[in-house]
Amino acid sequence: MSARLTITKTPKCYVGGAFIRSESGRVFELKDQKGEFFANVPLCSRKDLRNAVEAAAKAGPGWAKRTAFNRGQILYRVAEMIESRVEEMAEALMLGGATKVEATKEVVAAVDRIVHYAGWTDKYEAMLGSVNPVASAHFNFTVTEPMGIIGVLAPDERPLLALVSLILPAITSGNCVVALASEARPYPAILLGEMLAVSDLPGGVVNLLTGKRAELVPTFATHEHLRAISGVVNAEQRKALRLGAAESVKRVRLGKAEEAVDWEAETMQGLEEIRALVECKTTWHPVGG
Amino acid sequence: MPVAKSPPSFRRLFDDIGTVDAVGIEERVAKYGTRSVKKGAKVFGLQLAVTMVDLTTLEGKDTPGKVASLCQKALRPHDVGEIPPTAAVCVYPAMVRHAAKHVKGTAVRIASVATAFPSGQAPLKTRLAEVRAAVADGADEIDMVINRGAFLSGEFGLMQDEIAAVVEASGAATLKVILETSELETYDNIRAASFLAMRVIRPNDFIKTSTGKTSANATLGNNQVMLEAIRDHFLETGVPIAMKPAGGIRTAKQALTFLIAVKETLGDEWLNNGRYRFGASALLNDLVRQLEKERTGAYQAPWNFSEASEGY
Repeated sequence: MSARLTITKTPKCYVGGAFIRSESGRVFELKDQKGEFFANVPLCSRKDLRNAVEAAAKAGPGWAKRTAFNRGQILYRVAEMIESRVEEMAEALMLGGATKVEATKEVVAAVDRIVHYAGWTDKYEAMLGSVNPVASAHFNFTVTEPMGIIGVLAPDERPLLALVSLILPAITSGNCVVALASEARPYPAILLGEMLAVSDLPGGVVNLLTGKRAELVPTFATHEHLRAISGVVNAEQRKALRLGAAESVKRVRLGKAEEAVDWEAETMQGLEEIRALVECKTTWHPVGG
Repeated sequence: MPVAKSPPSFRRLFDDIGTVDAVGIEERVAKYGTRSVKKGAKVFGLQLAVTMVDLTTLEGKDTPGKVASLCQKALRPHDVGEIPPTAAVCVYPAMVRHAAKHVKGTAVRIASVATAFPSGQAPLKTRLAEVRAAVADGADEIDMVINRGAFLSGEFGLMQDEIAAVVEASGAATLKVILETSELETYDNIRAASFLAMRVIRPNDFIKTSTGKTSANATLGNNQVMLEAIRDHFLETGVPIAMKPAGGIRTAKQALTFLIAVKETLGDEWLNNGRYRFGASALLNDLVRQLEKERTGAYQAPWNFSEASEGY
């Protein structure tokens, strides 16, 4: 019997519930920890970003209309899907130079983070909404609504945990996400897409692109359909994003790539992260007497 | 076209006009999508497409108010940028007089479907009365449906006589003859119906693909068969016939591909709204959206273009 040929995988991006190559046909080379060729990863273009936004827009209304309880169940299912493949995901992180212990720790932290937000879906509204005292015959109350489509820019440090920590608070409240994975370590995001695809998360709620940050940041900044940008970027990109966001009236929530972040910290998760990506709607309802 | 079980009239007609190479058509139109149209050419194409739109509302729930806002949209598709008005608004006969209040005397013409649209299943007398009423109310263009039953049973004389009667009833109004391609079933039949219609209508009257009310609408393939019929008819007789695909053309990209088909099949003489139209409702918004993207350099959100997006 002849030696079996190696079956190599073509990494693809998870967009609109499908696995796509870049419409441009471009790829960039990914090397493993020894500096040897590992795979060609899609080099996504502005048009891929636009297509991902269209996919998110299609999925958005349905995702936002699901009950909070159901969104929680689905997010928990996402955690289950990663939990059963911790080792595989850890190996993806080790490509980027992490040791086995570090990598495993990061994956477990990412799973825990997802479970954390799965618990929040039917609770944040009670914390963020309010009944407001007003000096007239009105019942005045405030409820939150998801903003819409959120652009996420993940840092190179902690390519899985940081990505998950940026995506989850957005989708918890019914937003959809178009995320650009770490440029230097994109493979965990590819694998995350494969895990999301087998969870119950509807296609298009989370869209994961890989590619060059410098190429895509201007489009993230100016695309009017993106309602907010949440990410960790360098000084130059922060400026570009803020200028573009001012033009297209979107919210920005930017961490500094220059500073070390402890992504595992308790303070990196919770209600404030969810609050940052919702809109508040206040209703004045006339009442008698 | 299974000639054997068709009425002999089909055989005689195909001997005259020839049949369609379906595989050839499919391959031809598959190539249109590969043309790269960018920058200046793209803006030109998008602007041209806007001027070719018959902005359409054909619903049971149409109201004078809805027609009024459609007319405003046709006159001024967007509040910023240099976006030209559309070619026409297309409405039901009962709405013609409401549209006239807004667009009479402007560049936007009023097209009205008539002849018991979309089925055409009413007595000829009724259909002609509907055409006359629409013209009397101010319609500049009449979109009629052919008698598909007559065509499919090979009664070409009846089908052509009815078209000729509508030509007469429509007076000075431009006529558009809807073949309803999805009910004709084969490319050969589409070519046959195109020729039968073209032989009784006037120069610069239209042949049109579909009503938009059946499952299948305008496709690049149908469009190509009809364009080639127009070309062959023109080369034979010197009579130019105009073309209108309708239904299913929703995106700017699709519209550009259809225009490429026109350019490469009929040439520049047909690249104006006197010779080519799009019957569409959603298309205009996407054309404007892409034009705004070219003007500002930023991808646009749908809510800027009177589109329901549920906040997304």
